[in-house]
Amino acid sequence: MLKFPIYLDNNATTPMDPRVLEAMLPYFTNHFGNAASRNHPFGWAAEEAVDYAREQIAALINCNPKELIFTSGATESDNLAIKGVFEMYASKGNHIITATTEHKAVLDTCKHIEKLGGQVTYLQVDGEGLINLQELEAAITDKTILISIMYGNNEVGVVQPIREIGAIAKKHGVLFFSDATQAVGKIPVDVEADGIDLMAFSGHKMYGPKGVGALYVRRKNPRVKVTAQMDGGGHERGMRSGTLNVPGIVGLGKACEICRTDMASDTARIIAMRDRLERELLQMEESYLNGNKESRLPHVSNISFKYVEGEGLMMGVKDIAVSSGSACTSASLEPSYVLKAMGMSDDLAHSSLRFGLSRFTTEEEVNYAINHVKEAVTKLRELSPLWEMFKEGIDLDSVEWAEH
Amino acid sequence: MAYSDKVIDHYSNPRNVGTLDKSKSNVGTGLVGAPECGDVMRLQIEVDENQVITDAKFKTFGCGSAIASSSLATEWLKGKTVDEALAIDNMEIVEELALPPVKIHCSVLAEDAIKSAINDYRVKNGLEPLVEAKAHH
Repeated sequence: MLKFPIYLDNNATTPMDPRVLEAMLPYFTNHFGNAASRNHPFGWAAEEAVDYAREQIAALINCNPKELIFTSGATESDNLAIKGVFEMYASKGNHIITATTEHKAVLDTCKHIEKLGGQVTYLQVDGEGLINLQELEAAITDKTILISIMYGNNEVGVVQPIREIGAIAKKHGVLFFSDATQAVGKIPVDVEADGIDLMAFSGHKMYGPKGVGALYVRRKNPRVKVTAQMDGGGHERGMRSGTLNVPGIVGLGKACEICRTDMASDTARIIAMRDRLERELLQMEESYLNGNKESRLPHVSNISFKYVEGEGLMMGVKDIAVSSGSACTSASLEPSYVLKAMGMSDDLAHSSLRFGLSRFTTEEEVNYAINHVKEAVTKLRELSPLWEMFKEGIDLDSVEWAEH
Repeated sequence: MAYSDKVIDHYSNPRNVGTLDKSKSNVGTGLVGAPECGDVMRLQIEVDENQVITDAKFKTFGCGSAIASSSLATEWLKGKTVDEALAIDNMEIVEELALPPVKIHCSVLAEDAIKSAINDYRVKNGLEPLVEAKAHH
């Protein structure tokens, strides 16, 4: 039985896995202790649970459990990594390299750094969303302290050449931070093999709870430190004060454990569904896949349906929950900056939908979504003056539009 | 963002979708907006010898509010004289459809489309173009 609306916006957030909820529940009531209470069993139980979660998380990303700093989520982790490195390594330099398609939590933090007197280079991406490694290397100066490049993009799913970036960073003695919020739990992420020095991720993108995330901070080769952005009791080796969110951390740990054990089977199933959804929708005339087809996350597909506006389309596909790169979905009235950074024209960016699948997505749901989207696109094209003009062979670029 | 029932109604059952023969002298066509702005409206009117709008059609590329604004505009245009049509103000559309502030530009575009169609009709029939046309923005 299908339940409506069908949730296909799993890059925004995922439903929590019931196994995660089950693991968390005792830590709200029975084991409510403060993990920093070292002098009684309530605190010990909490601390033990946190330590176990560290091991579960460490096993997923191949790090030492001591290298994890718990935070409130990826945005905080991004802030802590970038601001923390900028402050800690001020004597070494003040230059940061990032890319134009990063998440706003990285881009806006970098803008903040610029206000503080830092220098930031924003690398362009190609038409498929990938950065250019030569440009990256050429941008490194003797003042460069950090390269901040995301693992997988939240809008189009493009996975950057992380190992190559890690190698370049190492060669030049620059730290490498990656916002891996969309990648951890979905594809194999190995901080050792990838050469990552700092990495941000969060619980709610991988079937865990909201309000909890982590920052991986390398302890060896090199030993990395970040200046705390939250002062207080000196928790998390002094890098992030604040009472630990024990139930959240237990949930993040369990979510990571399930992702590690189930990744192969989940991914195979999700890719099969994603590919079919994509194949069917791309059969429609004038529909285009956005982003690199090879190097990408398994669970996301971003497609533009030319001559149909994204928000209007979302209203037409009300039985499914997706998101759009259209201006109208944001307060700014600007279409997706990620699609624009990839060189896409505004009108195609306005016409995009992002489909995000999860381990809970079913074949039946995907089948329904395919037909639902096809019908809505067809209906809206009947309504679209641009579609009519296209069908009449009018070159839309030759039209003098009355811009407003 | 939640849409009003009227926006949903016009979006789900748009009135007067279609195309009039723009080569006819008594048909005025307005094409406003731009694809890169995310909305384009084409609104057409057919006018009889008594200056009464006998038919109106639209096609819109845009969000639900843009589609609803133009659909509503065609409903209002039919049966009005050209002068009465000129008096339609975008705020009437805002009120009728209960558009939120972020969607007011959809109603402005609909008003522009009406004026642009009337202007086209006037020019085709040897009348002075409207001085006010495209006064917005």
